[in-house]
Amino acid sequence: MSWLTEFVRPKIQQLVRRTDVPENLWHKCKSCEQMIFHRDLAKNNHVCQHCGHHMRISAQNRLELLFDGGKYQTIELPNVPVDPLKFRDQKKYTDRLKAAQAKATYKDALAVAHGEVGGHATVIAVFDFSFMGGSMGIAVGEGIVAAAELASVQDAALIIVPASGGARMQEGILSLMQMARTTAAIEKVKEKGLPYFVLLTDPTTGGVSASFAMLGDIQVAEPGAQIGFAGRRVIENTIREKLPDDFQTAEYLLDHGMVDMVVPRNELNATFGRLIDMIRRTKPGASIVPIKDAKKKPDTKGAKADK
Amino acid sequence: MHNFLDFEKPIAELEGKIEELRHLTGNDEVNIADEVARLQDKLTKLLQGTYGKLTPWQKTQVARHPDRPHFTDYIGHLFEDFTPLSGDRLFGEDEAIIGGLARLQGRSVMVIGHEKGHDTETRVKHNFGSARPEGYRKAVRLMRMAERFNIPVVTLVDTAGAFPGADAEARGQSEAIARSIETCLDIKVPLISIVIGEGGSGGAIALAVANTVLMLENSIYSVISPEGCASILWRSGDEAKTAAEALRLTAQDLLQLGVIDDIIAEPLGGAQRSPAEACKRVGAAIIKALESMDDVEGGVLKARRRDKFLEMGRKGLN
Repeated sequence: MSWLTEFVRPKIQQLVRRTDVPENLWHKCKSCEQMIFHRDLAKNNHVCQHCGHHMRISAQNRLELLFDGGKYQTIELPNVPVDPLKFRDQKKYTDRLKAAQAKATYKDALAVAHGEVGGHATVIAVFDFSFMGGSMGIAVGEGIVAAAELASVQDAALIIVPASGGARMQEGILSLMQMARTTAAIEKVKEKGLPYFVLLTDPTTGGVSASFAMLGDIQVAEPGAQIGFAGRRVIENTIREKLPDDFQTAEYLLDHGMVDMVVPRNELNATFGRLIDMIRRTKPGASIVPIKDAKKKPDTKGAKADK
Repeated sequence: MHNFLDFEKPIAELEGKIEELRHLTGNDEVNIADEVARLQDKLTKLLQGTYGKLTPWQKTQVARHPDRPHFTDYIGHLFEDFTPLSGDRLFGEDEAIIGGLARLQGRSVMVIGHEKGHDTETRVKHNFGSARPEGYRKAVRLMRMAERFNIPVVTLVDTAGAFPGADAEARGQSEAIARSIETCLDIKVPLISIVIGEGGSGGAIALAVANTVLMLENSIYSVISPEGCASILWRSGDEAKTAAEALRLTAQDLLQLGVIDDIIAEPLGGAQRSPAEACKRVGAAIIKALESMDDVEGGVLKARRRDKFLEMGRKGLN
């Protein structure tokens, strides 16, 4: 229009924005209440440098962190029926969905990507907790089915990273059915001989924890993550007593034999990489052969000793 | 009838009147008989009217009715030689889920289900039908055993949900339920599930990933109880009625959504009014489902079951 709108206004906006910034420069750790500079926080993968508290991170950050070199390709997830129940509480479900989508990177609470972990083809499905509490409805269920199919087609390892309060109530019984669907999908991956790992992150509860999330060949949890079936408050109300602080934490699950290991965030890529490599490359120097073929005849022809 | 639901007040009054008349002995017995017959007729119409258009919340109440036949009633009315098998071989015996070998019209079956109990003592014994991990692990063990001997599995679902207790969490409630779903999907024998009362969330689906899933006409099956849903989404437990509507949890809704295969009609006025008849109808439905799978190979049964759930919700919605 004029120089006024084109040049002056952005500058004014910048000024306004600048006043916003300082508030976000420093982040307070919920656990130790220390202040952390935002750059340090990002550099440390959102783990508190003072107390080691693992903060929740976005699905995108999670993918960058897990894949080798932070390189991956997300896939388009299938379209699914939206709001089949025409659900409405105080707000319409479709409005809640739109509001969540407006703030989100992905269409629903799940992102699926493929790339390499430890140099091996890997498919990773990551929940986005900020999208309606990472709740699992038809879209998430279908995404997990798609991830499982992709892993089978690519002959890749499958890692699922739940961060979810459970089933999405607004999709009623159809959300409950995702427990069966996702379990069926990962069973097919397992039957192909492909490794299926779960990384339990904060929080993993309800219908998500009581299906595919507890069925990994290897169960890894992030430090401090809350993992369980029923919510803490529900249990406290049922048994009428206060639960210990560490109840349902990753460490508590480790103590009770429910997970294989608790692994700090910055060691996740290396840990998964090592595990996948041991499972998929079982002889020195063997080329990475698809597991189903490896079963028939181990391919050691022309194998060079590993360095 | 001893227990009436709040919406059954007119029914209770009428039934009371009939009872009263029956106990009257007078000179004009013929007139009394006539009057009783007239009132019976009226009662039938009233029951038809009331039960013909129950709201989702009323169905929730009927599904939880204390006089409704429970697992042990079905065992008593339907099955012969029921031999309960106990324990998960890992930790303990959970009586919230009962299971064992039995005969149904001469056929051996493994029957497993939730038992809520019918009085204070049995309710405590069965933990109101809310199972701990041991219950699900026992179910897994029995399903695997049935598979080994090529015996079909029948599950009767009736639970408010898996038990939300600290001990249950410590022993891996999530893992136990997940493993039970996985086993349902994996076994190479016919698996038939019937929701006989309340199908409460993960605790219910753990036993209900079946080739044939049926529901009694007035039973419910939901991802969360109406009360739980109301307290989360409406922030008030008083909105349970509204939540029951929104959740689409009735047998009729689930059939329409393609989640279940069929509905078993209940006797007039609900299963709680004629438990024997209700059991008979469930028995007939089980036999029909079993016969349909008689000559199907185990691997095919497994594949069909898995595909059925994988396809669920992909078509026929919206």
